[in-house]
Amino acid sequence: MYGGMSCESNNYGGGKISLTITEPKFKTLGQKTKILTGNHAAAHAIRQAKVGVISAYPITPQSPVVEKIAEFISKGKLDAKFVKVESEHSALAVCCAASVTGSRVATATSAHGLELMYEMLPWAAGNRLPIVINLATRSLGAPWSVWTDHSDFITIRDVGWIQFMCESNQEIYDTNIQAFKIAEDPQVFLPSVVAYDGYILSHTMMPVTLEDQQDIDAFLPPLKHHINLSDISQIKGVDPVTTPHIRNRGEEGTAPGYYEYRYALQKALENSIDIIQQVHDEFAQKFGRSYGNGLFKTEQVEDANVIIIAMGSVASQSKIVVKKLRREGLKVGLVSLKLFRPYPAKYLKELLKEKETIVVFDRDIGYGYEGVLCYELKSALYGLKKSPFIKGFIVGLGGRDVTNEHIIDGVNRALNQAKTGEISQTTEFLGLKLDQLSDYDESTFFEEVKK
Amino acid sequence: MVKVMDIPEEEFIYPGTRACAGCSMALIYRIALKALGPNTIITVPASCLTVLHGMQGFCTTKVSVYHTPFATTGAAASGIVASLESKGLSDDINVVAFAGDGGTVDIGIQSLSGAVERGTNFIFACYDNEAYMNTGVQRSGSTPPGAFSTTTPEGKTGYKKNMAKIMEAHGIPYVATAISSYPLDLYEKFQRAKGITGSKYLHILAPCPPGWGYEPKNSIEIGRLAVQTGFWPLYEVIEGKFILSKDSRRFLDASKRKPIEEYCNSQKRFRKISKEEIENHKRYINDLWNEIGQRLEEI
Repeated sequence: MYGGMSCESNNYGGGKISLTITEPKFKTLGQKTKILTGNHAAAHAIRQAKVGVISAYPITPQSPVVEKIAEFISKGKLDAKFVKVESEHSALAVCCAASVTGSRVATATSAHGLELMYEMLPWAAGNRLPIVINLATRSLGAPWSVWTDHSDFITIRDVGWIQFMCESNQEIYDTNIQAFKIAEDPQVFLPSVVAYDGYILSHTMMPVTLEDQQDIDAFLPPLKHHINLSDISQIKGVDPVTTPHIRNRGEEGTAPGYYEYRYALQKALENSIDIIQQVHDEFAQKFGRSYGNGLFKTEQVEDANVIIIAMGSVASQSKIVVKKLRREGLKVGLVSLKLFRPYPAKYLKELLKEKETIVVFDRDIGYGYEGVLCYELKSALYGLKKSPFIKGFIVGLGGRDVTNEHIIDGVNRALNQAKTGEISQTTEFLGLKLDQLSDYDESTFFEEVKK
Repeated sequence: MVKVMDIPEEEFIYPGTRACAGCSMALIYRIALKALGPNTIITVPASCLTVLHGMQGFCTTKVSVYHTPFATTGAAASGIVASLESKGLSDDINVVAFAGDGGTVDIGIQSLSGAVERGTNFIFACYDNEAYMNTGVQRSGSTPPGAFSTTTPEGKTGYKKNMAKIMEAHGIPYVATAISSYPLDLYEKFQRAKGITGSKYLHILAPCPPGWGYEPKNSIEIGRLAVQTGFWPLYEVIEGKFILSKDSRRFLDASKRKPIEEYCNSQKRFRKISKEEIENHKRYINDLWNEIGQRLEEI
């Protein structure tokens, strides 16, 4: 098992801030440090963010988040309304409505739950509601699978949400606290999703430092919303039909068209990168924990000519591989993407402009094309005078273990292809076990498995 | 008993909305807002009421309105109520969901059922124009048998969902039926609902000139026919107690009811209705009133 009970700090090098990190050891766990699962780390962050309304529906592997929140409320540790809805679609609809009524809100989900919420995702973004979703990532059926991959997380990339991916339970807690502050920044006002690998983090216990409530309160002041229907002296029509054109309201000036609304959404996302970094740095100054530059974490990138790019659990695994390959003399480094949307293209381009070979490991796939991280990176590096050789691999869909050997295999394959310069357009899956299927035939597989 | 003079003169809808001429939903909304008053937040799914509310940049009403996607009306109301409760404001503000029949009996039934099962303190009002009128007259689960719609060119087969009964089965403290043609009754029912804590449901038949195929000037008359033929009984169920409303009481006597043919003949949507469907309507009305009679005897 990678990462599991490791006490290593998640503080990769290469960040803007250099801080001395106190690495928690089991023998010297501070009073503030608890041993928590990723789900419970998320629940504690939501409690300490003092949300007013929570709404959720159970789904594996997310459910312990909301069970814990229900426990907090019943024990009087959180003064919030928990709307126990009949579907995830309703969960996010409740969150949107509670947000326009002026409350800080949160929910949590996985896979099919997120897909059922889909209609409400662009609604929340378009209305600029600072909702935070915790997502314990899980693969999408059919066939049914409850195990992790990043398919669910990837499907919501075009709806206007800020998307974070975490690598440790401490990072889940810290990112949640930051996510509320970022989402509620007057220059941002965007919903955000804090994701972490289902089971691998959601159900694995790690030491997590829970900060004192007064310190969290000072860092995250109460929400000052741009909309608050509970103030009935302010009469508002929220989200009516909006035309393709600017509308003249006479003495009251002009009303924007849909196009202007959506332009403003894109600009808010683009500009949020600065706020995301500011909030990350402020958090690091105050609490002594940082995660690269707040956008991505790097590991031995500076002198590396081979770079691995991955997200979440795959990045954690790759970190071990980097150490191993370095011992063998390969100048390899790692970029672990923390911020997936807005995509930090400019920063990646600057970081990677002189690298020779980049190997991207996707625990997702853009079906019909290739891994999403891979093709987005290719797009981000477009226009470099000397393009690095970029090779992507699919790994670990549906919870298939991603091992050191898979990552090393991918690096070697990429280096071999880089030598010949032959750019393969075929999507390569690592860790497939077709050889263990006695009579695998691509053309009849679908019929065979039904027998 | 409410009298005309009791209804406030203050209007809560600004003049010049985008509702069709003769729209009974606009009339229902007007009366409802007078009963609810200024301390009200409305939520509306995609529907004719979205059209009434007009375009971005204006608010057509003197109360705030949150537009929400089609399936989510019950959930949106729940979110507003939860937020108000967390702020200690829920006793001062009425939360009212206003949806069409599609947004209530079809796509909205799940979130509505969930909201009332949780005992959400709000009013859900369904204005039932018996098809998807906003999208151009497609059939809904509330379209009556024999009625033309653009997706039932030969007339709908099968009866309409009895949504008031479905809501009653949730055991909520207040269920009522109403219609725009009896505005005092409508006003009184909204007032009563406002005074009750918990989930309240009003199902209001809303004659629709373009969708039903009649002259806009006849909306009131056609609504009255719906009541007078016994097709649309007006009643309340308060804490499980059934009360037949004054304007429907005399139709307990079947001989006082006008023939259903008169109602059907007044609307082009029933132009192709078969004799069998007319008989079905008669059977349905008969069964409906037999049940009402039994419930009154039980009291």
